[in-house]
Amino acid sequence: MSVFDGLKFRRVSSPIHQLDPRAKFFYVCILFVIAVMFSQLLPLIILFLIQIPFVFVAGVQREWLRSLKGASFLATIIFVFNFVFNYIYRVPYIGYPPPADLIEYSLAMTLRFIVLVESFSMFFLTTSPDLLGLALEQSHVPYEFCFAFTTAVRFVPVLAEEAQTIMDAQKSRGLELEKGNFLKRIRNYIPILIPLIVSAIRRSLELAEAMESRAWGASERRTNLYVLKLRKEDIALIAMAVGMLTLAVYVWLYVKIPYLTTLILL
Amino acid sequence: MIEVKDVYFKYPSGVEALKGVTLTISNGDFVAVMGQNGAGKTTLVKHFNGLLKPTKGDILVDGVNTRDTSIAKLARTVGFVFQNPDHQLFCETAEEEVAFALRNFGFEKDVISKRVTWALNLLGLTQYRQTSPFMLSGGERKRVALASVLAWDPKIVILDEPTIGQDHQQKEKLRQFIIQLREQKKTVVIVTHDVEFVAECNPRVILMSEGKIVADGNADRILTDPNLVTKASIVPPQIAQIFMKLSDFGLPMNVIDVYEARKILLDFIEGRP
Repeated sequence: MSVFDGLKFRRVSSPIHQLDPRAKFFYVCILFVIAVMFSQLLPLIILFLIQIPFVFVAGVQREWLRSLKGASFLATIIFVFNFVFNYIYRVPYIGYPPPADLIEYSLAMTLRFIVLVESFSMFFLTTSPDLLGLALEQSHVPYEFCFAFTTAVRFVPVLAEEAQTIMDAQKSRGLELEKGNFLKRIRNYIPILIPLIVSAIRRSLELAEAMESRAWGASERRTNLYVLKLRKEDIALIAMAVGMLTLAVYVWLYVKIPYLTTLILL
Repeated sequence: MIEVKDVYFKYPSGVEALKGVTLTISNGDFVAVMGQNGAGKTTLVKHFNGLLKPTKGDILVDGVNTRDTSIAKLARTVGFVFQNPDHQLFCETAEEEVAFALRNFGFEKDVISKRVTWALNLLGLTQYRQTSPFMLSGGERKRVALASVLAWDPKIVILDEPTIGQDHQQKEKLRQFIIQLREQKKTVVIVTHDVEFVAECNPRVILMSEGKIVADGNADRILTDPNLVTKASIVPPQIAQIFMKLSDFGLPMNVIDVYEARKILLDFIEGRP
């Protein structure tokens, strides 16, 4: 559950929280594109470091660290897989011991994943679900989809709590989740999943009835109490993102990025 | 026997739900844990079968510290029936549902089928043996959940909000059922808001407020004490309310039982000139 903690919004105020979600989302997408463009360690380290000031300005260090901790397990798997498979693939050409650049490449792949996780976690930590829905709506996404999206986000903590209760109930009936081999352990989750799914479906039907009884979809044109407007800060963030992308494309086309290991050896 | 020794509990979110709870529940006791929402009732009873471990203090169940054993082992002695049956039912038939825990505890095949028959019969569910629990009504689902716990014959039975969503007839059945459990020398702990139900059963009441025990004693004493009742924000049973309002006539204040009330009132009327 710790990974989800890194995505849970807490209502506080900071310059980052007040940014327009559209501008923030644009920035995160650009980060995403740049992270995928490069497979060398150096630019990815820079991308990683760029985000740290944002985290501190927003004051979400603790939650952000928790999301990194949650991602660390997957990150380790990514590192091991990249390293092992690249090594097996290349062993006829390079022999033993594995060269430093292989480790560096695997590290870069891992860091790419971490950059993606941390940027999205930053986005969700500092954007309220309501604002997010509003941003979607003003980007001309049909209201049904916006509503479905915000509802889904809102129900994640509810479902997590319900899952905990179900686990408690089944443990009280002698279910041991951690017992048995790998397949048995997966099977152990059936008594948790079935009640959880059934209750989620039941809840959604109830929600639908409650919405119908409050005249959902009665008027063609919905208006909003709040309207998002791009401010100077938002435009600055977008400009910064565009600048970063331009720089990244230039570097990608014309600059040969040195390996960190060769830099250190110099 | 459950011994709770100066227990504190803090949820990971930082909420301190129990603040120094000490209490002993002897074998064969019938205890109702009462108090307003968020008083820590469910948190307390979740400690009894090890679902929660105290942040400070100790819980001993039959002399075994809950920290030193697993939930599965504790559950053998302490049966816990959750409030909402939908949080535990998942099998295709009621029979399977009742057998689930027995399989987890490693009972023999023929013992399982015997126990299942016994438990379904006990709660009047024999006709639904092959029915899917999801097809049953709310009250029946609640009984399947209860049967699935009683099937392994735990020494201590904890019922979390057993009367919610039950009609009067079902409540009466439940009360009879609890009396039956007590005759079998079982310890019964219920967590409830239902003062009228508690008044009818007249158990030992543990009154909680803000993570602490504010009173511990017989129901007829606790539920008729105006100070305690206000402190824990519960409404006294209706019989008690009548007697509180009649206190000018010199009638006793600690009456919660209908039959006792009737007798006192009749005597009072006959005694008047």
